[in-house]
Amino acid sequence: MIMSAKVDTSLPLEYQTEQDRMNILGFWVFLGAEIVLFATLFGVYGVLYERFAGGPTHKDIFVIKDVMIQTVLLLTSSFTMGIAIFEMRRHNLKGLIIWLVITLALGAGFLFMEINEFIHYAHEGATMQTSAFLSSLFVLLGTHGAHVTLGIGWATMVIIQLLKRGLTPTTARKTFIIGLYWHFLDVVWIFIFTFVYLKGLVA
Amino acid sequence: MKAKITMEVTIMSIKWDEFFITGDPLILGSQIAIVLTMIGAVAGITYLKKWKYLWTEWLTTVDHKKIGMMYIISAVLMFFRGGMDGLLMKAQTAQPEMGFLDSQHYNEIFTTHGVIMILFMAMPFLIGLMNVVIPLQIGARDVAFPQLNALSFWLFFSGAMLFNISFVIGGSPDAGWTSYFPLAGKEFSPGIGNNFYAVALQIAGIGTLMTGINFIVTILKMRTKGMTLMKMPMFTWTTFVTSILIVAAFPIFTVALALMTFDRLYGTHFFTVSGGGMDMLWANLFWLWGHPEVYIVALPAFGIFSEVISTFSRKSLFGYKSMVFSILGIALLSMVVWVHHFYTMGSGPAVNSFFSITTMAIAIPTGVKMFNWLFTMRKGRIKISSAMLWALAFVPCFVIGGVTGVMLAMGAADYQYHNTLFLVAHFHYVLIPGVVFAVFAGLYYWWPKMFGFMLNEKIGKWHFWLFVIGFNVTFMPMFFLGLNGAVRRAYTYSAESGFAPLFMLSAIGSIILAAGFAVFCYNIYWSIRYADRNISSDPWDARTLEWSTASPVQFYNFAKLQEVKSLDPFWHMKKKNEGLTLYDSEIEEIHMPSNSWLPIYMGVIFGIAGFLLVFEWHIAAALAAIGIFAGLIIRSFDYNEGFHVKKDEIHRIENAWRKTEGEVHDHVS
Repeated sequence: MIMSAKVDTSLPLEYQTEQDRMNILGFWVFLGAEIVLFATLFGVYGVLYERFAGGPTHKDIFVIKDVMIQTVLLLTSSFTMGIAIFEMRRHNLKGLIIWLVITLALGAGFLFMEINEFIHYAHEGATMQTSAFLSSLFVLLGTHGAHVTLGIGWATMVIIQLLKRGLTPTTARKTFIIGLYWHFLDVVWIFIFTFVYLKGLVA
Repeated sequence: MKAKITMEVTIMSIKWDEFFITGDPLILGSQIAIVLTMIGAVAGITYLKKWKYLWTEWLTTVDHKKIGMMYIISAVLMFFRGGMDGLLMKAQTAQPEMGFLDSQHYNEIFTTHGVIMILFMAMPFLIGLMNVVIPLQIGARDVAFPQLNALSFWLFFSGAMLFNISFVIGGSPDAGWTSYFPLAGKEFSPGIGNNFYAVALQIAGIGTLMTGINFIVTILKMRTKGMTLMKMPMFTWTTFVTSILIVAAFPIFTVALALMTFDRLYGTHFFTVSGGGMDMLWANLFWLWGHPEVYIVALPAFGIFSEVISTFSRKSLFGYKSMVFSILGIALLSMVVWVHHFYTMGSGPAVNSFFSITTMAIAIPTGVKMFNWLFTMRKGRIKISSAMLWALAFVPCFVIGGVTGVMLAMGAADYQYHNTLFLVAHFHYVLIPGVVFAVFAGLYYWWPKMFGFMLNEKIGKWHFWLFVIGFNVTFMPMFFLGLNGAVRRAYTYSAESGFAPLFMLSAIGSIILAAGFAVFCYNIYWSIRYADRNISSDPWDARTLEWSTASPVQFYNFAKLQEVKSLDPFWHMKKKNEGLTLYDSEIEEIHMPSNSWLPIYMGVIFGIAGFLLVFEWHIAAALAAIGIFAGLIIRSFDYNEGFHVKKDEIHRIENAWRKTEGEVHDHVS
């Protein structure tokens, strides 16, 4: 719903209508719920992470080089997403779309690496069914990976709408919100990198 | 030969032999009744040519008032279902060694009774009232996200229906409403019954989470001019804090249910005994959500009592600020008490002491609220309407629940009470006065606002007395049974135990309770047929903004958005005769959202995907899930910007109800 009557042009495009401001606030609240969701998954991992049940341990399966590449890909994508929003604020549609596409390419690269990582684990005999440690590892990583996948699909929709409609308060708001989502996934990854991989290697 | 049959029935892992539940006369009767009711409903709607009306006015609506009513109707139906479960349990335990239900059937019934009453009766009833009332109380024209609101409803409805069909198709969950592991795991509950629990609650839970987000934004951003946070009506405050609790707690349940699904469907080891899993992790996650959930239903109920007591005492709420701070205190404490549900887990004295203290501390802000209600009534000109009766009965009954709660809060003593009927009596004394009395109070109070006529006050009093007496006769004996050692969830007991007289008394009470509910249904029927349609839009001489507009409320709620200067704004408007008249010059075009078929579509497709997942038909479920993504994509490309209500139409509607206002009948006093 758009309150077309009240457009405050002194604000950035995505904040100009009341409905868009509410959508953005609503999304922040949703991210609050997402924080609780991931916190619970981290809690579960924290409880189960040394319950190997005779199966492989962290050191047996983690390949730190690949994890580093994943990390660099995802962190860079968060930076490029920042540039995309910066271009949006400059009303540069072309720049916005280019940087969004770069962001998604980096995200897809991350996903490719993560899927390979899972295949590697499975070859090592480490599946979700092996032990409580691996169940919680796969579900934590998998939930994050599913979020990235969904984000790529969703951002693609937004790019199509940007191409079709250009920059309007509505498309700007949609772009801004996917930006928030993308940065959030990056923050979650930092915790995964620290509390899953680094902690696993020093354990 | 036998091997061949087994192979045949598990082709494509479809378990056809487990599809329909057969062999139980009670369930067979229900199956027939369900089919007949459905045929009857379809035939009736077709005969009356109401399909189009149903589709355009209700199924695709995004109007918060209609969504609220659909929530309430569903909740009343679920109340009936959950109540039948309760009566069956009471019949089974009325005498020692009864053979009415076998142990398996009894397990299923106490499980569905708990789940349905909490998640599909209490929650939607309250969310329904919130939906109807909150936008009106804050002087807004809808919620922040009307279409999301409809989606919330349809996901709840979808989850509720999925859960309810379990007893005729596939088998009911049977591990208790708490579904503790390892019992609820595949090892000990190999059927698909508990899959229904995991999947149906997941779908309904997503809907609830969205409701929480929606109401937080609505209340923060859509209050009318001048309504600061500390000028909000108390029901709005409690809804706001409840919404925060929903956002903070429901994702935990989402994760817990997802892990349960993984354990049951995909062989993971989160809560299993083997493979390094930890069964008590489930109990912790469940109650990390489950305890805040108790307050998610209790807080809005407190809000309803605050409105009702203030209106019928004809006084402002006593101690408004302390009310607000005690709500916040209760909400905060509710997040740090979950271990009191399993002191017997053996966490040790230090942990148990911590949770004992936090639990007992909740009695302080709750006590503050109790005294505030009492002081609101003090020196008030109290009118004993049906709504007020429920609020009056709430006070002593809830205190019994609260005091026994403090008894249970003591970790050491709890080892005696744990798993007995004492606990069952306690939480029924909290939830029935705390929630059920509240939704009845709220329904009697807001009914004229929703429908433009009142529920009959005289029948309402029969409803009240039967229900309250029945409630006390049912649950009071259970305190003593529990102290004497009767355990909960046991399908029978021996004659030597000496429990028989109190169990019989409790069963008699449940019949009185059921009679109360029947009178309530009769009241709805009677009032729809015979109640006076010519009543004022403010029949109770009430205090908040929802009473300043028409009854039933026009679809745009308010022709002009009010400016608020104080608490109880409508009361002051009436006293000072300010802002009640609408001038032609004040009428402007109003923007409203359009109806949408997407929410109901999403409800249906979630239901189908969920159903297939319950039966572990993974490929079919994945195909159905494509439908979910299709819905999301359609929504992303949906640029419907709603419509504008023309000045003429507003003029006509406002004239119609304002003109008759002068010549209406006064309310029943």
